Amino acid sequence: MKAKPILFIPLVIFVGLAVLLWHGLGNNPTDRESALLSTPFPDFTLATVDDENKQVTPEVLKGQVTLVNVWGAWCPTCKQEMPQLLDLAQRGVRIVGVDYKDQRSEADKFMSDFGNPFALNIFDPDGSLGFDLGVYGAPESFIVDANGVIRYHHTGYITAEDVDNTIMPTLKRLQQ
Amino acid sequence: MFLEWLPELGYFALILAFVASCVQALFPLLGAWWRKPLWMAVAQPMAVAQFVMVAVAYVMLSLSFANDLFSVAYVAENSNSLLPWYYKLCAVWGGHEGSMLLWSLLLAGWGVAVTLFSKRLPRDFLARVLGVMGLIAVGFLSFVIITSNPFARLLPNPPENGVDLNPLLQDPGLIVHPPILYMGYVGFSVAFAFAIAALLGGRLDAIWSRWARPWTVVAWAFLSWGIALGSWWAYYELGWGGWWFWDPVENASLMPWLAGTALIHSLAVTEKRGAFKSWTVLLAITAFSLSLMGTFLVRSGVLSSVHAFANDPSRGNYILVLLGITVGLSLLLYALRAPRVSGGGAFSWLSREAMLLINNIVLLVMLLTVLVGTLYPLLLNALDLGQISVGPPYFNMIFVPLSALLAIFMGVGPVSQWKDTPFKVLLKRSGWGALAALVIAIAAPLLYDGEWSLGVTIGLLMALWITLPLLRDFIHQLRRAGLAGLRKLPRSHYAMVIGHIGLAVTIVGIVLVSHYSVEKNVRMAPGTSVEVGGYHFTLESLDDIKGPNYVATRGTIEVTHHQQRLRTMYPEKRIYVVTRQPLTETALSFNLFRDLYVALGEPLDGEAWALRIQVKPFVRWIWAGALMMVVSGLLAASDKRYRQKRRRVGRSVKETQA
Repeated sequence: MKAKPILFIPLVIFVGLAVLLWHGLGNNPTDRESALLSTPFPDFTLATVDDENKQVTPEVLKGQVTLVNVWGAWCPTCKQEMPQLLDLAQRGVRIVGVDYKDQRSEADKFMSDFGNPFALNIFDPDGSLGFDLGVYGAPESFIVDANGVIRYHHTGYITAEDVDNTIMPTLKRLQQ
Repeated sequence: MFLEWLPELGYFALILAFVASCVQALFPLLGAWWRKPLWMAVAQPMAVAQFVMVAVAYVMLSLSFANDLFSVAYVAENSNSLLPWYYKLCAVWGGHEGSMLLWSLLLAGWGVAVTLFSKRLPRDFLARVLGVMGLIAVGFLSFVIITSNPFARLLPNPPENGVDLNPLLQDPGLIVHPPILYMGYVGFSVAFAFAIAALLGGRLDAIWSRWARPWTVVAWAFLSWGIALGSWWAYYELGWGGWWFWDPVENASLMPWLAGTALIHSLAVTEKRGAFKSWTVLLAITAFSLSLMGTFLVRSGVLSSVHAFANDPSRGNYILVLLGITVGLSLLLYALRAPRVSGGGAFSWLSREAMLLINNIVLLVMLLTVLVGTLYPLLLNALDLGQISVGPPYFNMIFVPLSALLAIFMGVGPVSQWKDTPFKVLLKRSGWGALAALVIAIAAPLLYDGEWSLGVTIGLLMALWITLPLLRDFIHQLRRAGLAGLRKLPRSHYAMVIGHIGLAVTIVGIVLVSHYSVEKNVRMAPGTSVEVGGYHFTLESLDDIKGPNYVATRGTIEVTHHQQRLRTMYPEKRIYVVTRQPLTETALSFNLFRDLYVALGEPLDGEAWALRIQVKPFVRWIWAGALMMVVSGLLAASDKRYRQKRRRVGRSVKETQA
């Protein structure tokens, strides 16, 4: 009894798929690749934490490489991340915060307790910008180039090693 | 004292479960091969043992959560001492390790269900089915033990308190969504095990498909339910009024659903007519493979999505290897042993077989569309062609016409006959329905808002074309044989009718909500009012209120329609005191024909607030239809046919023993 070649078609298709998936896995072993990479920062019109009458748009991200950090005063991990963000700010990195699902008074208290590395804080109380960014929790960070295009996505909090190993090199590369 | 050892006991139970699954895989399969009854008999007790052990592990993890054992890393990452107890118990599947444990528990549960309800199966066949399920369990339990141990400790310095459950998951709708969805995913493992057992035993006959059918429809019903829950949650909680986002993870659940839908129909043909045998087996393998791939996509993080969890490359590799072995081997087995002779006899193009075949092809094309759309970014990336994301326009462009095609054949299929249907008969059975459908579909949009819309007409035409011939069939039966005639129809027939009408209901919902939704973002101060979609919303007042564990600003909004007071709605903006997390509590006023949807945005200057107001006609129909499909699946599985058979066999066994 000889096997019919046609019956091998599903197997062949699957092997192709498996190779593709394996490749995808090898491509980005450590971080979840954002669907937003290489796309412009999603559109938004939101107030800032400091001034509820001031509306900002993605324009504020243009002109300079910026680290966008999604945080919230309710998020305990964000506290652990603050020293690294302050360190980055000291090194001259422009950090724009997205205060995600938070309250102004809480955000202010948080920053007076843990420091304020942010050049600007976008207030996103409904998490609408967070949703557009595909954020599933705080903290998450994005590096946006001078043209307002997302170039890097960091899930979870930035450790001291991340600062030296990934964040700073990426920023430097984009600044060139 | 006992408390201290909970996690270790759990881990120990997990290892025992793994050992049990190894025995369950090895002995029955070899026993069936070498015809050793004693070896085969190991299958059932081991399936039970494996289930008990995984359940113990699961309970231990739940107890660790309930007792705030933050020295367990997984507990510390997903819970907090202030979390309400019910969310603590649900936090068990709030992260990666626990959801894999839940996966294994459900798999073991399905295995036990097979041992309980399949006493009528031939011994060697049952041994093979349980052996295959044991093999799957070996893969998943080793995955949990090696790469995703939920009981790992944070020693010697355990944290004082936990990081808390991801706030997005603290919602009743989302809490029940994963277990139900997993029930569906894992449920397809039974159909898969039946298919593999049939291939191994060379027993690919109509009887095989009769055994596999009830299991498949139950799994399919759970999967439908899980998908519907996810969609409903997205609607009311994410607050954009959307109900499907073509997110990779949504797609990952839609693909096995499409394969499962095709499988149910193909099983019907194989059981009734003995045709499509080889095709049915392939679909059974495909449905489970896609369930596995769904798990892989979510867990490995190769595709980005709102659902993706922080991941670890070793896990992705492990799942991929697991996927490769399971699917690769079963497809190889299929290629070598699939039946080469197609049975069932000839059928014409106007037969039920042909309709079901076309249905299968359309479903498969839909499946491939989703597969390509989901993996396309990955493919481009692999070929270094840059990165893109495939969005809703692509899916809608292909899905809508394919659904229309599917609907055309869904209308004719159920009223056609096996082998051949004379065209005259077909015309008699669906001609009037077609005419009525056309008239209603053209008139309805005109009556609704005076404006004709091609999209609405086509959508309604599809839904009515599916529904009316089925109703005509009922009326015909009633006229011919009265109520007794209706009672004589088998349950599975009712199930088919409910399922099909369910899809029609969902189609109506989708079409109308896409065409007639009205949304307005407005600025409102107390005393002002606004008109949205014919409804007048007046913001009466804004009050500060205090709930059990939150404070909130609550809007009081009077809704009037045609000068008539309809109801008062209370949207809230809550701040949870403990987590300091704000939450928008939308006010929904729903009935069968429309949802009114009001959400408080943010406070603006002065007394005013930003409000999002939406009127969404017929949106409930989307989930109502899905629920009908769930009911239809469960109803089909409870058909007398499957029970009667069992009883008869049971009796004959007793007789021979006596």
